Amino acid sequence: MMRLRLVHLYPDLMNLYGDRGNIITLERRCAWRGIELAIQELTLGGRLDPSQADLIFFGGGQDSEQAAVSRDLAHGVGEEIEAAVEDGAALLSVCGGYQLLGQCFRTRDGEEIPGLGVFDAYTVAGPKRMVGDVIVESPICGEPLRLVGFENHSGQTFLGPGAQPLGRVLVGNGNNGADGTEGIRYRNAVGTYLHGPLLPKNPGLADWLIAAALRRKTGAATTLQPLDDRLEQQANSAVATRIGKTGTRRSSIH
Amino acid sequence: MNPKLMAALASGRLAATLTRTLHLGGGTVLPGHVAARLDPDALSELSSRLAAGVALISGTNGKTTTARMLASIARVAGLQPVHNRAGANLPEGILSALVDASDLVGNLHGRLGVFEVDEAHLPGAARATLPRAVVLTNLFRDQLDRYGEVDFVARSWAAAVKDLGPDSTLIVNVDDPSLAHLAESAPGHLLTFGVENRSLGNDSLAHEADRRLCPVCAQRLDYSSCYYGHLGTYECGACGWKRPTPDVAVLQADGADNGTTAVTMHSQGAQLVATLPAPGLHNVYNAAAAAAAALALDLDPASIVAGLEQMRGAFGRHERIRVGGGTLTLDLVKNPVGFNQALRTVLDPDLTVIAINDRFADGTDVSWLWDVDFERLAGQEAPVLCTGLRAHDLALRLKYAGVGAEQPEASISTALGRALERTRQGGQVALFCTYTATLEARSWLQGQGLVPPFWDE
Repeated sequence: MMRLRLVHLYPDLMNLYGDRGNIITLERRCAWRGIELAIQELTLGGRLDPSQADLIFFGGGQDSEQAAVSRDLAHGVGEEIEAAVEDGAALLSVCGGYQLLGQCFRTRDGEEIPGLGVFDAYTVAGPKRMVGDVIVESPICGEPLRLVGFENHSGQTFLGPGAQPLGRVLVGNGNNGADGTEGIRYRNAVGTYLHGPLLPKNPGLADWLIAAALRRKTGAATTLQPLDDRLEQQANSAVATRIGKTGTRRSSIH
Repeated sequence: MNPKLMAALASGRLAATLTRTLHLGGGTVLPGHVAARLDPDALSELSSRLAAGVALISGTNGKTTTARMLASIARVAGLQPVHNRAGANLPEGILSALVDASDLVGNLHGRLGVFEVDEAHLPGAARATLPRAVVLTNLFRDQLDRYGEVDFVARSWAAAVKDLGPDSTLIVNVDDPSLAHLAESAPGHLLTFGVENRSLGNDSLAHEADRRLCPVCAQRLDYSSCYYGHLGTYECGACGWKRPTPDVAVLQADGADNGTTAVTMHSQGAQLVATLPAPGLHNVYNAAAAAAAALALDLDPASIVAGLEQMRGAFGRHERIRVGGGTLTLDLVKNPVGFNQALRTVLDPDLTVIAINDRFADGTDVSWLWDVDFERLAGQEAPVLCTGLRAHDLALRLKYAGVGAEQPEASISTALGRALERTRQGGQVALFCTYTATLEARSWLQGQGLVPPFWDE
């Protein structure tokens, strides 16, 4: 039986809102194809073996937890993540995890917290929180893929000149609410503000990550066995229709 | 007599009468709106006329039930509580309850204010009502589309606590590390509650836990016992900060099949033994919170026990509705911790119906469904019906939990129609609803003559 290893970074600290939905989805979609996904949870003080990590997931957290994670990354784990990505590991990072993988984060007081520099992007603390439904069109799978999700962030992320966004925002704010880009893709690594359970309603992206992990593991291109995704597509369409009807909905933050 | 207040009372009462006569609702919010317009000080003015003072109850989960328990205790003790019992917990809702309890010149029939307060409005409500007691039940992830992050609520409460007067008592759940830490800055009196029985808990924290780090030094907290969410007995290995021993301690809690819970609490040398008419450890915490608040208000132990036993649950709090030969239980679910607790208390139904809406009052972000342990339903034979505006999101969540669900039915009334067929055949139906789905479901059931309006509960 094919076996893949997923490293879940700081699951106890960086799991703000349903991020574990992504792990459940990857695990199930592997299992339905006879692939065993072994999950290693890495937390404060742990280490990562870059040669053993086929898939990496890095979720979002609160500012206080994110600060503790940022300090921990500086003790070697950060370099190990970078080595795995350079070696072709598949990675999905969301919100806070995405920000920590960029070049740096500039706080409201002008302080610069260095990031890992895996992504050519930097983040600045923004004046308002961007909260609401998002629809993105992504070229990541070749065919345009409609990604639906929810964002909730005050950091504004800007990509470097050569960096490739994950997609183009159709509804919502995306990276910064200004340039129409959402997320980033570098090699097999993806950063995004679509938080929580992104993969269940976007099975195309889930399968893109699984295929990349298999390619890394076996060294050969693989075609994934197709699954019955009718319910996934219905849920994706239901959100798109609902947002289309009501327009983008914003919650007020006090 | 203050003429502004008189105008506010007259208009508020008129608004209440009109709302009810025109069948626009229960008049639990509008009278307060109108009264505050005419006299912005009406809330503090009327609160100050309550002879036995005010108790405020806030927290992510358990506000409504804890307030109802405290009001029930106060009623037994002869204090005639003024209470925003329908759960209208913004300042307008509190003022509506006061307007309702007042005559046209501001004389109140009622001596103690028992008010549940929305988390974000606690500082303002405390400034206006100068409470004798403030109860904080717990702090979990909830409505992050509204608050941004859990720390936002913690900061708002810290501000409220700092401003409390020297005569007021802060009552907190010390099994929640963020509340135990907050309690250290209380300027007045402090009374704590918690569970002191490891056999009621587990060895490790559930994934739903929000607090893992020491609030003092940001190192990992070590838990020797975990109840649910991040509630438990903890200590920091790095700096030595630890959970204080609670003043009101739950020593024993035994749930019975009929949905009641026998609870033994200990406080200052006295034992309180009561049978709660409600299931689940979350209701044991609510009872401990209400008992601690009652003790802070100098109410006697006999009234506390009788009040807890006579308490009637609020709408949507494991509400049992008899239909034909069967029963429908309705549980309002708002966040992962609350939903997980509700799932634990429902036993073997013949049909489960889950209604998820995503309006503002529900939270517009339904991501939290992935933090709910639907895997718990995977073994059961009974079908699950997904309904509401986000029926498809829910059906997808169930698919990945390994739960066989029927084709989603977005219309709540159609789904309820199917549920009633089951109960008429003598079946048990478990119905879980988000906030606006609860209102929709109850309004439909009311139309069928099965439940009274929620403001009459």
